[in-house]
Amino acid sequence: MIKITEKAIDVQKVIETASSLSAGAVNVFIGTVRNNAQGKNVVWLEYEAYEAMAVAEIRKVIDEAANKWNLLGWAVSHRIGTLKPGEVAVVVVVSTPHRKESFEACQYIIDNVKAKAPIWKKEVFEDGEEWVDARPNIATPTN
Amino acid sequence: MKYSLKTFGITRDILGGKEVIFEMDGEKVGELKLELMARFPEMKSLNSLLVAVNNAYAKDDMVIKEKDEIALIPPVSGG
Repeated sequence: MIKITEKAIDVQKVIETASSLSAGAVNVFIGTVRNNAQGKNVVWLEYEAYEAMAVAEIRKVIDEAANKWNLLGWAVSHRIGTLKPGEVAVVVVVSTPHRKESFEACQYIIDNVKAKAPIWKKEVFEDGEEWVDARPNIATPTN
Repeated sequence: MKYSLKTFGITRDILGGKEVIFEMDGEKVGELKLELMARFPEMKSLNSLLVAVNNAYAKDDMVIKEKDEIALIPPVSGG
């Protein structure tokens, strides 16, 4: 399942979608909104996605992961819209026969989704706002 | 040629619209990027600028047509 949604992500549901009775490991990555960046307080984040392409790019990442590891189940859910600190921005779940490959596959998927999926976030501070990573000469993005 | 460009993130702020009509003589992705940087110098300050054609990343030598879905992809920052 690949989902881009404006609604709060139900982590348990994403896990269920990716579960498999033949799996011995279910690995879950939850990306959350931090309350600080560049030494400043983050009031909220604005996420946007080029949805059709984001789904297509995430699909490619999953296909690559499925070629490297034995994925018995998987799911990626990414939130868009306005998110406050503490809220869940992204969830990646993979099920595999054993734990080692579940960690590797989960990390591969989140790393590549972050690098390739056309999704953007803007940090809104008390005194301004900034598209994350858009320009050099600003503190390295965190995420 | 008259292209319709979808803009995202910082490119929307710079071009000033979600969907922008852009006219130019060139017909390749690379030419589009150069022309954008020439007309909107702020584009040069971005860490990167990619172009997607019909929902996939496009190389600079790709030829674009007016009916293609063309999107400007500034540095992504999902997750």
